[in-house]
This record gives sequence, structure tokens and C-alpha cells, in this order.
Amino acid sequence: MDEPLLRVDSVTKRFGAVTASRNLSFTVQPGEIHALIGPNGSGKTTIINQLSGEINPDSGNIYFAGINLAGISVPARARMGLARSFQITSVFERLSVAQNLALAIQAHQGHSFRFWRRAHADPALGDLVEQALARVGLEERAEEPAINLSHGEKRQLDVGMALAGTTRLLLLDEPMAGMGPGGTVELSKLIRGLKGKLTILLVEHDMDVIFSLADRISVLVYGEAIATGTPREIRANPQVQRAYLGERL
Amino acid sequence: MPVASRKWVPLAVLAVFLAALPGIAEMLGDRYLVSLFSRLLIYALVAVSLDLILGYGGMVSFGHAAFFGVGAYTVAILSFHGFEGTPFLEWPLRIEGSTNALVTLPAAALCAAIFALIIGSLSLRTTGMHFIMITLAFAQMLYFLYISLERYGGDDGLSLYSRNDLPGLDLSDDGNFYYLCLGVLSISLFLGERLINSRFGQVIQGIRENERRMLALGFPVYRYRLACFVIAGGIAGLGGGLIANQTEFVSPGLMHWTQSGEILVMVLLGGMGTLFGPLLGALVFLLMEEILTGITEHWMVIMGPFLIGVVLYTRGGIYGLITGQEKAGG
Repeated sequence: MDEPLLRVDSVTKRFGAVTASRNLSFTVQPGEIHALIGPNGSGKTTIINQLSGEINPDSGNIYFAGINLAGISVPARARMGLARSFQITSVFERLSVAQNLALAIQAHQGHSFRFWRRAHADPALGDLVEQALARVGLEERAEEPAINLSHGEKRQLDVGMALAGTTRLLLLDEPMAGMGPGGTVELSKLIRGLKGKLTILLVEHDMDVIFSLADRISVLVYGEAIATGTPREIRANPQVQRAYLGERL
Repeated sequence: MPVASRKWVPLAVLAVFLAALPGIAEMLGDRYLVSLFSRLLIYALVAVSLDLILGYGGMVSFGHAAFFGVGAYTVAILSFHGFEGTPFLEWPLRIEGSTNALVTLPAAALCAAIFALIIGSLSLRTTGMHFIMITLAFAQMLYFLYISLERYGGDDGLSLYSRNDLPGLDLSDDGNFYYLCLGVLSISLFLGERLINSRFGQVIQGIRENERRMLALGFPVYRYRLACFVIAGGIAGLGGGLIANQTEFVSPGLMHWTQSGEILVMVLLGGMGTLFGPLLGALVFLLMEEILTGITEHWMVIMGPFLIGVVLYTRGGIYGLITGQEKAGG
């Protein structure tokens, strides 16, 4: 096997009496779509937040492309190519769709202490913004303030922003949350199209989406990874079936 | 009317009026108008600078008058030493006084920017209510610091012997001084408009909209906020340098918290995050104050409800009312 792109090594995180990550270990291989599933409160978002750097583990280490992420700030991690989308849609509401994407691209083009040239007339941004718009199918909405988008479109924009830079590992925190069936199909198509181009760690509730998209799945229960394997292996795993008692896998 | 012309037509009318004002004052035989409008333009400059951090950066600074005051005192103190022929500082480096506007005005902007760097680097570690309170506290600290400077008049303030000298333009003439203020304001508005549409300006607005997302995208948010704070502080300092010349007098009152409050009100009245709005806000606020104080001593009884009305019933201040626009997104 290749060197993993992401290695989570014995990570523990406690919030008071609650242990959100319990000696958690798993790896994500380059190019795969790796899904994290688990019942509510199993610590999925907590581990995503530790990967992006918003919170720090109490113990254990996280390695990204072989580099220990301890002490590296949120923006520095993002510039290393570790991008994320948010469970609750997180866009710049009063800025246009194109401006939203331009900011995401700008973040990867060195510092933005540039005070003179108009950003929207900057050719170094324009072409990439066009591409980013096309990727998420929002060309028609480019000049619309993000606040006017439908929920599904906002989610697409959110994912589009995470993709806009020089992303190597994309953390998708419940991208399908609150989407209608049409939107789910649209976004699944987008994610499937990314397969092979970059590596994705996907947290999701929609089991159909998980099993159709993921190369490998890790199952979290009470902050611990109880199993990792292909969708077929996970379905057949008795421990997983117990954890998901009553749920169709 | 298309939004673009609704925006530019009133501004063009205003620009023509301001350019012609000394002539109009001459015709009316009212010389006082020129010095009144000089003061208006200076406050407009300070309000526009506050809009950069308040309207575009989303940072509610309640201590903006501190930078205004620091700029004013920089000019006053340098001029004081310039006239006395004494150095302002002898150690570690010798700084002579000066009455040259080409020295004193940039020095005013620079000193205010340095104070903004110090105050900003500490206060920007907080957000929300804490930020409001800490900027207020720093401004009040400076206010009391300047009160304690006995050599420079302390509580009583400090008078200038005359306005600074500008090679080629006699600033003691009110008309000339007015055009200097108009020039500085116009250039600042032009540069400000470039700034908010630049990459830097987009980043600042992104932070206002969603700080967490900006961090996740890879922007070191603190640095951009601080840079914005320093730029705004520097412009306010330049405004302070001009007001010292306009009134030929400075006092700690320039940086009192009520001053910060008035500048804040000018921005809100004109329209936050619109750049040109605060210019209108400053003009309307100070003109109303001027007219109402002539009518009654209790002018705030009329002014107060007017301000509340504008803030409640227009969605983007006076600027929003004129252009039908809420807030400029970018």
C-alpha cells in the first residue's frame, strides 16, 4: 500500500465527561473516497474539526502527507491542501457566487495584501472562477448574492469553495444534510466526478450515498473506529450490524 | 433608473456643489461657509475611514477618535516645536519640530497608524462586545494621557500660531485650505474605492461575512483585520492633522469617546459599507447640528429622533435612500 495521505493515530479528545474521540486511529489512502459513518454522537464532526485544526486532540497525532499537524493553524492547514466543507452551510452571504469562489481561489495564490488591482478584473482569478463555477454548475448564478441561492445551490457553492484551491484532501461534513432528492443526486454526481482527482474524507448520514460513493468505510461508535473496510466488508461485519441495530445497511 | 446612474448622478451633483462652494460663499458674502465646509469635509474623511473597518471589515470600533486626536496632536506638537525652534525629541534620535504641511500631515497619518497598530494588535484578539469595549478603553486612555501632557496645554489644549505652510499654496487662506481638504478627501475616496474592490478588500469583506470560513479557506484572518485597522487609523490621523490646521487649536476633547460616538453615528446615518455614504452622513449630521444649534439650545431633542428614524426606516442609511441600494456587496 502507498503511504497514506492522512493518518490519524490514537487520537483522544474529551469534552468534560464525554469522550468524543477515543483512541481513534484510521488512515486515508491517496485517491480514495473514505467515508466515516456512525450513530449520532459518535464523534464524526469532532474528528473533522480536529483534522481542520479548529480543535486540538488531548493526545495522539494526525499526519497529513507525512507531516505531523500538531501546532499548525487552521489557515496554514488549508494552504497545505486540506480543505473542508461545513455541516451547516457556510458561505459569504452578501457576496456574489463568483466572489465567494474567487476568495477560495485567492487563498491559494499567496498573500492578499494587494490593494490596487480590482479583483474581478484580475485574469489570474477570472479563468479559475469560470472553471470553479462550471464545476458546481452555478454559471447562471455567478453574479447573484449567495444569500439568494436555494439551499441545494448553497451546498454546491460550499463544496465548490472547498474544491477551488489546490486541494489534496477534501473533508466533506455531511454535504447532503437538508437536501432534497434532486440535490442529493446532483451533489453525488459532483463527488463521483472528483474520484481519482483528489482524496475525500466523507461524513454522511445518507447510507445510499455512502455505499454508492465510498471506496472504504470506517465505522465510529462512541468515538472509536470499530471497523474499517470496503462497503461489502462493512455490510457483512457483525459488530457494525449490532451498532446499527435496526438500520438497513 | 439603473443602479449605476442612481449612484453616480447624486454623487456628481455633490462633487460639483463642493467644488463650487467657495464661489457660492463669495456670492452669498458668507465667508464662514468655507470654513464650516472644510470642517465637514475633514469629518467626512474620518467617517469614510471608519467605514473601512466598520462597514467593510465588520469591526465595531468605538475608539476611532483616538486616531483622529493623535493626528491632530502630532501636527500641533510638531508646529509648537517648529515655532519655538526646539526639538521635539533629542534622544534616541533627534526629531525637530516642523511647520511644513508636507512633513506634519504625513507625520500625523504615520503616528496614528502606529497607534492603530499597537491598539489593533491587542484589541483584535477579541471580538464582538469585548472589541467595542477595549477600543473604547484604549481611546479613553489616550484621552487622559493627553490631558496629562502639561507642556502641551493639558486639559486646556494647545493653540497653533498659524496654519502649516504648504509650498505653493497659502493655507492661511480659507479657500485654499478648503480645496486642500477637498483634494485629500477625493483622493482618499478614490483609493478607498480601489481598496474595497482589490483582493485585500474582498478578503476584508469575506471576514466580515464569515470568519470561520475564511480561516478554513486558508486566510490568516487576524493579519488582514489588523492591516485594515491600521489603514483606517492612518486616514483618521490625516483627518486629525487637517482639523488641527483648520481650527488652529487642538484639545484632548478631540479623542473623547463622545467624538468616537459621533463619527460612528455619521457612518450609520450615511450607510455602513457604502464608502460614499459616510461622506453624506458626515455632511448631514454636522449641517443639522449647525442649523439646529442656531435654533435651540436643546437641539439634541430634534436630532435624536431624526437619527433613530433614519437608522430604523432606511435600510442603508441616506446612501441607501438615494440609490435604492442596501449595502454594497463588493
